[in-house]
Amino acid sequence: MTGPEVVIQDVSVAFGRTEALRGVNARVAPGAITGLIGRNGAGKSTLLASLAAFRKPNAGRITLDGQDPYENAGLMAATCLIRESGDFADLNTGQALALVTSVRSTFSRPYAEELLERFRVPRRRRIDKLSRGQRSAFGAAIGLASRAPLTLFDEVYLGMDAPTRYAFYDELLADYAAHPRTIVISSHLIEEVERMFEYVLVLDEGRVLLNEPADTLRQRGVRVIGDERAVEEFVSGHTVISRQRLGRTVAATLFADMGSDLGADAGRRAAAKGLELEHVSIQDLFVHLTSGQAADPPARAAEAPSKEPA
Amino acid sequence: MFDGREPIYRQIADQIRQDVVEGTLQEEEQVMSTTQYATTFRINPATAAKAFAELIAEGVLYQRRGLGTFVATGARRMLLADRRERYFTEVLQPALEEAARLDIPLESVSSYVERAFALVQQPPATEASGRAATDGSDDA
Repeated sequence: MTGPEVVIQDVSVAFGRTEALRGVNARVAPGAITGLIGRNGAGKSTLLASLAAFRKPNAGRITLDGQDPYENAGLMAATCLIRESGDFADLNTGQALALVTSVRSTFSRPYAEELLERFRVPRRRRIDKLSRGQRSAFGAAIGLASRAPLTLFDEVYLGMDAPTRYAFYDELLADYAAHPRTIVISSHLIEEVERMFEYVLVLDEGRVLLNEPADTLRQRGVRVIGDERAVEEFVSGHTVISRQRLGRTVAATLFADMGSDLGADAGRRAAAKGLELEHVSIQDLFVHLTSGQAADPPARAAEAPSKEPA
Repeated sequence: MFDGREPIYRQIADQIRQDVVEGTLQEEEQVMSTTQYATTFRINPATAAKAFAELIAEGVLYQRRGLGTFVATGARRMLLADRRERYFTEVLQPALEEAARLDIPLESVSSYVERAFALVQQPPATEASGRAATDGSDDA
């Protein structure tokens, strides 16, 4: 595993009276790809900017391998944050490449050139004259080719067209496999990317809602559909995060692990009562958990990702 | 692909087992690398590695240092034996429980089984016929 040990302890960040992060505690799994998920304004960008030491938290502590990254040039060289807005506005693509080459020892210029070709980013044009999608693609190319031990992509693929997004995903996975590092990708659109995540960290209103292996989360959403009374009997004692009604039929979405919470015989018990059990995607689970209408929100969950036995 | 409730690594492992049972993957044949898996199906390489680890522990796959991952000799026979064992508890048992719930008498079930079993013993000529000829252990 390559990539620094990232520890976030009680971190709060405020902009004036707006609290973007409120006492965030989390660890980022070293050498893994983590999806940072949250609604607009949940604090994703602020958290990433804090990890990249673009901003100093008002309270709390962030450490990379035990050291504070803020104003620490050595550590900063090992971190690369790519923001949707981009950070090279008045340079042209060639100048920006030259700049990154000069400041980042791990940067592969040949790989960057190859990516720009593949993502069809026009050359010798000012970055702020590129389309939004091209600017995102340029950022993505820089982020991948930087091969920084801690690589942070903030909503980077928004604005890219579908072929470019898929090319980005393929490059990300192939280059990550060849050069393992810690990668954090933030987004509120997760359907397309969730299978690439090994861990998922969900932020909601500046707090950590969940931080766990993606496979664990994938098994947590269960929808129980059927006659109201049978559904209520079946779900009693479990965390219901949403209920939809159609006449006497109820669809209750549970935040419960199919195996360990409902029991191995859940499928059979449900069938015996004429109930249907459905899988809930991470995207749906995320919408239910963060809609602010959860019937019975789960307790703020574990803040350190628990390593599953391999 | 890979969109069910099961963790993705388990779905990959199941798919490889299925390919071995069906002969799509032959014994001693090389399987795709975890990186190829990751990029082909756009999944995390660690997820593919986890599936491989499970299959290696089971003895379905093995690694040749520096060469890659291969299907073990005897893997197919082992997987078939395992499936045959689970057939009774996982397939037949629930069907019989349902019959009991519906008050279907044993005679009806067994006479249906005898007729239907004879029919399914004749596989469609297009698919499995070639393979069945090469390996008689298929329909034990």
